[in-house]
Amino acid sequence: MATTPHEHGYNPALLHHFDTPGQQKEAATLGMWAFLVTEIMLFGGIFLAYMVYRWAYSGIWAAAAPHLNTPLATVNTVVLLVSSLTVALSVHAAEMGNKRQLVTLLLVTILLGATFLGIKFTEYGEKFAHCAGYANPVAWMTGGERLAEAECLVPGTNFLFPTEVASAAEGSADPVLVARPGMKTPHQLFFFLYFCATGLHAIHMIVGITVMSVIAWMARRNKFSPTYFTPVEIGGLYWHLIDIIWVFLFPLFYLV
Amino acid sequence: MSTTALINHYATNRATTASAWLKSWLLTVDHKRIAILYLISINVFFLLGGLAASAVRLELITPQGDMMSADMYNRMFTLHGVIMVFFFLIPGIPSVLGNFLIPLMIGARDLAFPKLNLLSWYLYMGGGIFALCAAVFGGVDTGWTFYTPFSTSYSNSNVVLTIAGAFVMGFSSILTGLNFIITIHKMRAPGLTWFRLPLFIWAHYATSLIQILATPVVAIALLLVMVERIWHVGVFDPAIGGDPVLYQHLFWFYSHPAVYIMILPAMGVISELIATFSRRRIFGYEFVAFSSIAIAILGFLVWGHHMYVSSQSVYSGLVFGFITMLVAIPSAIKVFNWTATLYKGSISYRTPMLYALGFIGLFIIGGLTGIFLSVVAVDIHVTDTYFVVAHFHYVMVGGTMMAYLGGIHYWWPKMTGRMYNEAWGAISALVVFVGFNLTFFPQFVMGYLGMPRRYHVYPQEFQIYHVMSTAGSTILGIGFMIPLVYLLLSLRYGRMAGDNPWNAPGLEWQTNSPPPTFNFETQPIVTEEAYAFQPE
Repeated sequence: MATTPHEHGYNPALLHHFDTPGQQKEAATLGMWAFLVTEIMLFGGIFLAYMVYRWAYSGIWAAAAPHLNTPLATVNTVVLLVSSLTVALSVHAAEMGNKRQLVTLLLVTILLGATFLGIKFTEYGEKFAHCAGYANPVAWMTGGERLAEAECLVPGTNFLFPTEVASAAEGSADPVLVARPGMKTPHQLFFFLYFCATGLHAIHMIVGITVMSVIAWMARRNKFSPTYFTPVEIGGLYWHLIDIIWVFLFPLFYLV
Repeated sequence: MSTTALINHYATNRATTASAWLKSWLLTVDHKRIAILYLISINVFFLLGGLAASAVRLELITPQGDMMSADMYNRMFTLHGVIMVFFFLIPGIPSVLGNFLIPLMIGARDLAFPKLNLLSWYLYMGGGIFALCAAVFGGVDTGWTFYTPFSTSYSNSNVVLTIAGAFVMGFSSILTGLNFIITIHKMRAPGLTWFRLPLFIWAHYATSLIQILATPVVAIALLLVMVERIWHVGVFDPAIGGDPVLYQHLFWFYSHPAVYIMILPAMGVISELIATFSRRRIFGYEFVAFSSIAIAILGFLVWGHHMYVSSQSVYSGLVFGFITMLVAIPSAIKVFNWTATLYKGSISYRTPMLYALGFIGLFIIGGLTGIFLSVVAVDIHVTDTYFVVAHFHYVMVGGTMMAYLGGIHYWWPKMTGRMYNEAWGAISALVVFVGFNLTFFPQFVMGYLGMPRRYHVYPQEFQIYHVMSTAGSTILGIGFMIPLVYLLLSLRYGRMAGDNPWNAPGLEWQTNSPPPTFNFETQPIVTEEAYAFQPE
């Protein structure tokens, strides 16, 4: 009666506490889906804060959003969507047992992820360079071109939204601010949520790249076969989730 | 059979040197050992939280501030709250009893992700060390709720360190919940259908759902508080347009369901105890099972009842109040079904049963006062008074604590292979029950009369209630110490328990005490429903 696990030959991928590889795979996949739910709830808090503040300060949101670098973010969106394609193809390659293709696709995915992060940090660098008074990160490092009009979009004590000064001079302040004298302009909230959401997303990208590197290394070491490639599959699920979150972040921040 | 070789490899990791012994505990992936690690660490935290509570109660004997300053008092009740909520009540029953019993009860060799399980313990300890460091470096004075903007802009205490502790511990909770859900879904023994599961498993399933859905939200809320406090970016600061009440929404979206993380596993324990010691199948099994799920779902829709006085609209207050009352339905279903199980049962008043009966009594008081508090008008009258303090202590201490102790006694022979001293067990249950009521019942009265919480000085007229409460807490403290002594003594002097000292039908009793590394010698196959008691 004892259907003990290891009767039918030794399977190095089957852990001791599972009965069959099928059970192990189902557990791993369900586990990843449950984890993805927790990730959605984690980002959900930020989305809620975004909703509340956008509802309260819609005019300010419209004024602040154009200060983000939409062309770079568009390129990033394309990069990330292509990386999702390569991940999907890598799962297929694993299923087919095509090791060469699998490793290549995983490496391309990692490269695309790194490209995304590179572009993202260029965007961040631009904002920080502006705070230091320089036009762009390169100028900041080389001591080159200065910024014409003072601007600092990094939340904190130095935060300075350029038109904030202008509109105050014209006396055409936002009605929200007129109703609450003494309150500083809430433009900072937009940029805080921007840094917070995209920063958290970037951290997830770094984790994703690490996971993909491990999986690529495992693939190179012949750890996978057409009967066992669960890590490729659940790693792919995680990667897709990071992608989907970006698909929401992009319009929420750049296309207001 | 190649099985034997592998199992022997796992079973013979008997340590011969001290470092090997340490490694066999600190690097174990065996759910039973991890449960014991939790048992020890959680009890240490309970002791620390209890010491802070004693300091609070001592200070309150007289109306003046004798022992400590107002500031010190704030830090003391915050320490009590943070440790008890985050490091005792939330992980308590799931991480100790759930960890030990879920694989045993469903006939599995381990949880689905054993390494993740070990990681949860390390995260728990990491979070605990953060919180303790915060206490050692001067404590924190915000209360366990970390309300903004006090916590972000005004408090001069170790808010960030404490919150980091709660944040890290949250991930331990998420991983435990995730592990349980997958284990219950995928690792059940052949023949163990959903409606043959012990109610303990149903309760833990419902708890785990809350853990994975609600905890990430508080994680992000606490992260935002830390960021706000360090960089003053304005997210909860009204001076820059931020909304402090948003924090309360995010916080209570977790922290209300969190009270069901505390009480649902306790209810699961009580179902097991009532069934075994009345030797009957739980009356209305399906209803008790689904009431756990119902509580988990409704629990997500009532967070606003913590915010009646926070500028929330009266109309949302009324809706939240109504949904809060609905929670009483599944809770009452449980209590009525437990009572119906006792009817014509073959009841034996062993120690775990005494705790279980105590639980029912205290939970009824805690639950009914919860309905008082769901009514907006009454709640506004008693907001931030000792009435609220008494209510949640009746549910959390009277509920969770009683079930935790009852469960520890009931499964102690399974965990250790030894029986504890039954007479002392009965005495401790009685002392805890008496001490508890003497501590917290006067708090209902003084709260209703207007004694606010979180003050270390108070008008003369409340002194009599405070003295009664402090006397009760002393008895309660003794009640907690007695089991500590005889349970530890039983490890050496207790008589051998045998595999099934209670003659109970659950799968966990069908294996050795303590169970072997792989839990069962042969894969159990389930052919009957839970609680199929044989006539004695």
